[in-house]
Amino acid sequence: MITLNVNGSDHPIDADPNTPLLYVLRNDLELNGAKFGCGLGQCGACTVNVDGKAIFSCLTPISLLEGRKIVTIEGLGTAERPSPLQQAFIDEQAAQCGYCIAGMVMRAHAILQATPDITRERLELAMRPNLCRCGTHTRILKAVLRAASGNRSASAAGDAAPEKEASR
Amino acid sequence: MRGFRIALYIVVAVVIVIAGAGAWATRFPAIAPVTKHPVFDAATIARGAQLAALGYCSSCHTAEGGTPYAGGRPVPTPFGIVYATNITPDRDTGIGKWSEAAFRRAMRDGIDRRGQHLYPAFPYNHFTKATDGDIEALYAYLMSLHPVSNPHHANRLPFPISWRPVVAGWNLFFLDRGAYMPDPGKSAEWNRGAYLAEGLGHCGACHTPKNFLGAEDHGKRFAGAKAEGWYAPPLNGASPSPVRWTADTIATYLRHGFESDHGKALGPMQEVTGNLARLPQADIDALATYIASFEPAADKSKSEAAVAAADKAAYGPVHLASTLPDNGGNSAGAKIFAAACATCHHAGGGLPDMRPVRLGLSTPVWMNQPTNLIQIILHGISPPVESPGVSMPPFADVLTDKQVADLVTYIRGHFSDRPAWSDLAESVRQVRSDGPHGAGEGEQMASQGQNQ
Repeated sequence: MITLNVNGSDHPIDADPNTPLLYVLRNDLELNGAKFGCGLGQCGACTVNVDGKAIFSCLTPISLLEGRKIVTIEGLGTAERPSPLQQAFIDEQAAQCGYCIAGMVMRAHAILQATPDITRERLELAMRPNLCRCGTHTRILKAVLRAASGNRSASAAGDAAPEKEASR
Repeated sequence: MRGFRIALYIVVAVVIVIAGAGAWATRFPAIAPVTKHPVFDAATIARGAQLAALGYCSSCHTAEGGTPYAGGRPVPTPFGIVYATNITPDRDTGIGKWSEAAFRRAMRDGIDRRGQHLYPAFPYNHFTKATDGDIEALYAYLMSLHPVSNPHHANRLPFPISWRPVVAGWNLFFLDRGAYMPDPGKSAEWNRGAYLAEGLGHCGACHTPKNFLGAEDHGKRFAGAKAEGWYAPPLNGASPSPVRWTADTIATYLRHGFESDHGKALGPMQEVTGNLARLPQADIDALATYIASFEPAADKSKSEAAVAAADKAAYGPVHLASTLPDNGGNSAGAKIFAAACATCHHAGGGLPDMRPVRLGLSTPVWMNQPTNLIQIILHGISPPVESPGVSMPPFADVLTDKQVADLVTYIRGHFSDRPAWSDLAESVRQVRSDGPHGAGEGEQMASQGQNQ
């Protein structure tokens, strides 16, 4: 029995330690956001976060994950209350078929956690591991940059507020 | 003996500083800026493009994600970071004001247009061997590029190395100036290969060990050395590969970046072979002839035995990790391999056309240093930006240092007959902090949630 911490709660998992995290998320925990694409770490559809880093859940066995913090797309927000990053994907209509999107969002989430105001150039390099067969990469990049600029204006507003106070 | 060596180092260091002071006193003159460049014909420019590919120029002179040749890439040296310069013909931040004479002086003597010493991270100790015609073609090509404004980053070097005149002292000892002299005892093809490899190709800059002042130790030519976070394997006949290299297999490797009995060109060598693809086949064959001349004759029966052993060690049908026998120290690594690696690395695994090399023949598994195998596991394999190619996912964010060490121990034990590497935990920690390019960006990139 292995205990996995997923989206903030501990789950006892009765599965072979060899089992890829993706199968446990989908079959045991019924968290179906992460997708099976290639099973070989080539496409990124299965991307989730472990300790804040984007990883391929299709080739990460659960035996390596005891005591680590796993976050899936279900941990970011809901259809009713999407996270700012998810809202940016909606606003930019970044999905076509949508199969890659959960992975894209989770890769972008890890990137923005580390670098909230990332540039387009750095973002293109950082998003390289995730593929979209429909070719909506430009909208996906726009969505992530929209979320990043939201971060920027949020922090700018935070900085500017005391000045406004003072000038009054 | 040790006291003698230390005394020698001190004497050499003092001489270098004195020579540096001398050089400071007798500075090289600036070469007048030019406002126009000669018009070169298309054939010369095209030849220059090939020579720039051979010289690996764009690999150092391009920042990650930056415009080719516009500089800005941090080049790690044992003394600190040297930032590659902008060699597009931009007048203010590039080499737009350089005459061909100024360019030739930089290539031959390591002196820039203004008369300042360049650091030998720029391998002018090799480029000095190029012919005037080749230097002209290279100049013609660089001047044909679109000028890009990109100011130089300040180098991160400690004093006294930050004082450029000390390079004059270095040159006194280590710059063997002058064009390549053919060896009349060797074939024309060998000499062509030697000219390419020792001159613009500067193979020794990575594959030859360096002395305490960062100069190549010619007594150990091609004996293998650390390079940009990786280990450039020996080319002097001490190759650890179980199958001997031949001129044919070296040519295949240089041309395609892959050779089925040795593996894929990775790390800095991936860019080298990518560049060499632009050279005419005759030059690739000449390079291969020259490099193969350092290898002992291939022993066919030994090579066949090595292939048979690799086939035997090949990972068969994927096992459930829980069903693996507990064979002591290897068991933790074997379980990680079964669960995380075997999907692709079992016999017949992977995607069509992306089948990994048989690990039993893969050079990094057989090397004396674990560096390259750890690099591959931590940082994966990805083709150059905007190029097709094989991709292996990075495991830096999945595996702890201990798990990587266990995995490496298992791979070494199962797929080679070489003794286990010692002190793996420290090696993994080192490679992780060096990062995929050896510039110490490992930590920085890890903190940005990316490692490709």
